[in-house]
Amino acid sequence: MILSVRDLKVSFRTHDGPVRAIDGVSFDLEESEILGVVGESGSGKTVSLLAVMGLITDPNATIEGSIRYKGRELVGLPPRELRRLRGNEIAMIFQDPMTALTPVYTIGWQIAEQIRAHRGVSKSKAMERVEQLLAEVNFPNPHEAMSRYPHQLSGGMRQRAVIAMALSCDPALLVADEPTTALDVTVQAGILDLVRKLRAKHKSAVVFITHDMGVVSELADRVMVMYAGRVVERGTRTEMFSDPRHPYTRALLGSIPPLTGEKPRRLLAIPGSPPSLLRLPQGCAFGPRCPVRYEPCEAGKPGLGASAHAAACFRVA
Amino acid sequence: MFYAILRRFGQMLFVMFGISVIVFLIFFATPGADPAARIAGRNASPEVLAAVRHSFGFDQPLYVQYTRMMEKIFVTGDLTSFVNRGWKVVPAVMDSIPVTLSLVFGAAVLWVVVSIIIGIVAAAIRDSWLDKLLMALGLLGISMPVYWLGEVMNLITQSRYHDSWAFSWVPPLGYKNFSDDPKGWFLTLVIPWITLAILYIGIYGRVLRAAIIESMQEDYIRTARAKGLSETRILFRHALRTSLIAFVTLFGLDFGALVGGSALLTEVVFGLHGIGKLTYDALQNLDLPMIMATVMYASMFVVIANAVVDFVYILLDPRLRAS
Repeated sequence: MILSVRDLKVSFRTHDGPVRAIDGVSFDLEESEILGVVGESGSGKTVSLLAVMGLITDPNATIEGSIRYKGRELVGLPPRELRRLRGNEIAMIFQDPMTALTPVYTIGWQIAEQIRAHRGVSKSKAMERVEQLLAEVNFPNPHEAMSRYPHQLSGGMRQRAVIAMALSCDPALLVADEPTTALDVTVQAGILDLVRKLRAKHKSAVVFITHDMGVVSELADRVMVMYAGRVVERGTRTEMFSDPRHPYTRALLGSIPPLTGEKPRRLLAIPGSPPSLLRLPQGCAFGPRCPVRYEPCEAGKPGLGASAHAAACFRVA
Repeated sequence: MFYAILRRFGQMLFVMFGISVIVFLIFFATPGADPAARIAGRNASPEVLAAVRHSFGFDQPLYVQYTRMMEKIFVTGDLTSFVNRGWKVVPAVMDSIPVTLSLVFGAAVLWVVVSIIIGIVAAAIRDSWLDKLLMALGLLGISMPVYWLGEVMNLITQSRYHDSWAFSWVPPLGYKNFSDDPKGWFLTLVIPWITLAILYIGIYGRVLRAAIIESMQEDYIRTARAKGLSETRILFRHALRTSLIAFVTLFGLDFGALVGGSALLTEVVFGLHGIGKLTYDALQNLDLPMIMATVMYASMFVVIANAVVDFVYILLDPRLRAS
């Protein structure tokens, strides 16, 4: 077991009152497994993974619960210890490669910086490693690319550089926060290919955040669907796509246009919009938008249960 | 690269040419600004006026007058004052330059070093009591007019507490040449440096703090944290460099203007006969040749300072290198 998150809660103090961005999220990650985390904007997928990285720096945030990495508790770990893990054993790929790299340093310098922060190697040794890494993420001319500044590269190339950077210390856990969202579709496919290939080679476990069900179906071993700070359904990829149980998951799948077969007259949209985290409904957070709600949904919040394929819904339980 | 520098140099010359033409036209060709009338004095008879006009060359076409003046400033260097006919303008400017340069350079070193330290410290511990104190002091520094602060400094160091151990080393007001008396040069300038720097320390410290805090919100800072770098390294290597761009812009403008004569108030308060004082006196007397010479000199420094700023931009930010 690489990562084990139990009952994670993240809340922020705001001017309008406390906001619970994450409300009791639990999940496990096995070695070299890819977990897809799906949800709309504001569902808490990014915040929960930033919590895992220890990157929530907002002084108004409180983090409760347990995050165990290889059995070691990360919540409450001193910053120095956390820093030793970050970038070294746990690495992250960000959403927007345009802004994720410091504009004033070369790609090679920035990757070497991370290597040298964690490994006591010389500058030239680090640079050799950088060239290797850039070749691995399919830079056509890795040696030349090292001396390029971020603004001299295309979005896809920058994301490859970010991935090379994330892999530079052979992390056991890779967190990817919508790494393909900001890219063209053709470039997306290349990046997904790369992630799959690298997982096979480096044996890293991957948490892949996305709001794109198509990406999940291509990449993930297991899937976790989030809504308003809670996990509403989890299961394997096959279970998720052949037997979706939560009405929200079903709605998400219904909103993907099929590429083959008869075109539906209209795509199914989910009515309404996600609730404000400041004013969550009393019962099930999805209740007000749910086509199958009944009395129990307004009374209490449905739990997820313990089984491997589980949905937090009174209709299912 | 060479071509770019050459082009930049051409631009600088063009700007200076434009400035000289405009200043010339303002003082020689605007309606009512008859230089001969000023020289001849009130109630001068038409004959005297005509004689003055002829002897100063004001009856020549404007372009001839302009070229002759430029020639006298830049080539022969024998342009003389209208007010005091024997007084050569170019040597007067040359004599004032070291005074102003000494004042402004020293103050600039002081304010750059101190404000960078203050900006970084305040940004690193933002919202703490020390940050708030530093920013309040900065505001205080900005709010004190230099002529008032200078007089207070003089009051304290020259008279009220001059006999105490703290200020007995302060020499009387005035300027000493560096080559004649380096120690005297330094001692006479310490108080003026501090006085001039205080205003800029306040501004620059606050600007740098704000720029660093803004940079710390950038996505690439989050990336740097995800890489496992220390906060100190993130601040110095990743946030500071982009923050310095605003700082350098301000510095170029302020430094150019100060060297060009804006240090006038400080010069007057401390009895330093620099460019500011020279320009001020020339304007008071409407001494056109002197005005022309000081303006040319000032514009040269502003233009040079701007070119240096552009060069530093390119050093700081590789995104500007291609264009």
